[in-house]
Amino acid sequence: MRRFDTSPKGSKEEIMKSLEEIHKIRVEKRKELDLRVNTKADTREKHILVCHGTGCTSSKSPEILENFRKIIKEKNIENVRVIKTGCFGLCAKGPIVIIRPEDTFYAMVKPEDCEEIIQTHIIEGKRVERLLCKDIDGKIVNSLDELNFYKKQKRIALKNCGVINPEEIDEYIAFRGYEALERVLREYTQDEVIDIIKQSGLRGRGGAGFPTGKKWELTKNAEGEQKYVVCNADEGDPGAFMDRSILEGDPHSVLEAMEIAGYSIGANQGYIYVRAEYPIAVKRLQIAINEARDYGILGKNIFGTGFDFDIEIRLGAGAFVCGEETALLESIEGKRGQPRVKPPYPAQHGLWGKPTLINNVETYANIAQIILNGSDWYSAIGTENSKGTKVFALGGNVNNIGLVEVPMGTTLREIVYDIGGGIPNGREFKAAQTGGPSGGCIPKEHLDTPIDYESLKSIGSMMGSGGLIIMDDTKCMVSLARFYLQFTVSESCGKCTPCRIGTKRMLEILEKLCAGEGDELDIYKLEKLAVNIQKASICGLGQSAPNPVISTLKYFREEFREHAIAKECRALECKSIANIVIDSDKCKGCGLCQKNCPVNAIEGEGREKRVINQDKCVKCGTCLTSCPFHAIGK
Amino acid sequence: MEEKKCECNCQNKDAFMEKLFQEYKPVKDNLISMLNEVQEHYGYVPMNCQKELSNFLNIPMAEIYGVVTFYSRFTLKPKGKYNIAVCLGTACYVKGSQKIMDRLKERLKIEPGETTQDGLFSIEETRCVGACGLAPVFTVNGEVYGKATVKKLDEVLDEIINNKPKI
Repeated sequence: MRRFDTSPKGSKEEIMKSLEEIHKIRVEKRKELDLRVNTKADTREKHILVCHGTGCTSSKSPEILENFRKIIKEKNIENVRVIKTGCFGLCAKGPIVIIRPEDTFYAMVKPEDCEEIIQTHIIEGKRVERLLCKDIDGKIVNSLDELNFYKKQKRIALKNCGVINPEEIDEYIAFRGYEALERVLREYTQDEVIDIIKQSGLRGRGGAGFPTGKKWELTKNAEGEQKYVVCNADEGDPGAFMDRSILEGDPHSVLEAMEIAGYSIGANQGYIYVRAEYPIAVKRLQIAINEARDYGILGKNIFGTGFDFDIEIRLGAGAFVCGEETALLESIEGKRGQPRVKPPYPAQHGLWGKPTLINNVETYANIAQIILNGSDWYSAIGTENSKGTKVFALGGNVNNIGLVEVPMGTTLREIVYDIGGGIPNGREFKAAQTGGPSGGCIPKEHLDTPIDYESLKSIGSMMGSGGLIIMDDTKCMVSLARFYLQFTVSESCGKCTPCRIGTKRMLEILEKLCAGEGDELDIYKLEKLAVNIQKASICGLGQSAPNPVISTLKYFREEFREHAIAKECRALECKSIANIVIDSDKCKGCGLCQKNCPVNAIEGEGREKRVINQDKCVKCGTCLTSCPFHAIGK
Repeated sequence: MEEKKCECNCQNKDAFMEKLFQEYKPVKDNLISMLNEVQEHYGYVPMNCQKELSNFLNIPMAEIYGVVTFYSRFTLKPKGKYNIAVCLGTACYVKGSQKIMDRLKERLKIEPGETTQDGLFSIEETRCVGACGLAPVFTVNGEVYGKATVKKLDEVLDEIINNKPKI
């Protein structure tokens, strides 16, 4: 396991870089890396980029990287470099290999494919047809930009992800890295920086959407000599991995923004609170911090301006509630992560009682771009009250699972169908869940809602940190609500009673409904409890815990009533009340269901229509997915 | 100072704690980072280590115990040689990870958080591991198995039970 060095390494004078040297790196490295972003780059070099995000890493991308390097060395090939990068976004097609400058996109590469790629692509100059990525419509895609998945995206926070090697500071500098920090330190006053952020309209990307500039101003104006900057990288929403990808793909962008924030509010110490479940992100952050210290970009007297700033990493230890800002502060202080009563807010009374600025990873990732391109550029993107872009982790029952960054105001339909490529297996869209355990479900009739803070709130959901889970018609909304309540019950810190006991009671009622033992009164009780918990809990976790229940009740009340009164589950997910039957009109007698049934509950021979023996059936649902004619249902 | 005996089988335990004490400053906010290291090294947080940390950081035992039991990464009992964690994050849940968990419980006859009697397996429910593109996933000692099915799980279990390979 990694060690955390708490002493600044920047004291090694011999490798500290002067401003001139950094400018030189920027110009020279940029020329060298032109082929990464310019398909017509004038160079004989080729770069093989291998995705090293968590998804691709778990499907052996480090082995692919090693293989490429080995083969290139063996064959003595010149002008080819193999580079590890952050996430390209399209995790469903991983491991991903991209060859630049021609921008060829190879999907689902296996370690044994490296030989062929080198031989055919690099040596013979042809494409390896069988590995080229196919779009949802079956069309073979030659380059990244041709994919429908990327067409509607606009990358600001993820700008460098998949372009640079996150473990090399020079590559970050080449793409205007630390230029914003330099400009801020040398040209702007504290108030000027805060004004730019305020005018850009940037709002917190952690969920609640508090205006970032306002938060900076409050912390700057708070009284106190010692102030802190904290980065909330405790991404706990199940199904959300935006922050992780930014930390893994572009860690320096977060460091730079924290320094800018530190300068603006008058702090010289920063902490990044990151989940221990993200070992790769932690490692790359530590590398980035060390590199920045070596270059003198972190530490004392940054760029010779007299501004000091240092950053330390603090590890989380698996508690969802620590994503709540005051619980996070408690955890940094080495205590149980239990939220404090607000007010006072962290801006006045934060870490060790000092004024503290807390922003989320994605919020920070936007800062340098805003400084470089101006607040007008940023505020031109998005809707009236929600500016810029938002990164979503698209998952669940959708074809293109992965990371998407879209301008605010993009509709859900565009994300699900144009970018996400629709629902697999010919199924129907049922609902989209945003905001994780604090958010809600969006049904089909709201597919055309533009996504921004206000409109999501008005339809009973919330932006959240950006998890976006798509569900098809095989998902039961009652058991989904139960799933989220299970989560909240196990993650409730126990400090306040409404959350600790109330959520438990809600869960019990939902379990009763799923088991077919509930009645209509239970639905009423659920609603009542939900309102009380919302009103009486002390922190965001408790206040938002009933949201999944409230929103599913709002849009799928019929399903709750079916569970309570008719004891039926139309999605066939609640096993104790589901009855699976085969529609004899649709059944073609292929026998696939029979082959797949683990308990031999399906009867019939040859081309006969099949029947399910209800006594034997364990309602596992395997036959439902195996039937090519959708003949099996309730 | 009296000699300390560790409850786990680890031979060089004292050396590990000593090393830890040299690397960290004795300030309270290092507690969670140090506990993370202890958990990583031993596979759990032995009572003895908690006592040593209590002395080193000058924090009451009760408070340390409170922290250890609050965070789900820290455990008070050793995990099995093969710790299987099934992701029950939303993306995996929607893709059917509950079925994987049910099968695991059925085969090993233990509940999440428990270890089999022979000490070979332990299972746990984990929240999102971030590999949502591969959902549903389970991990064996940290190695991710993506696009999991009950069949795949059975294969992995059979392989361990029959050959006891090193994962």
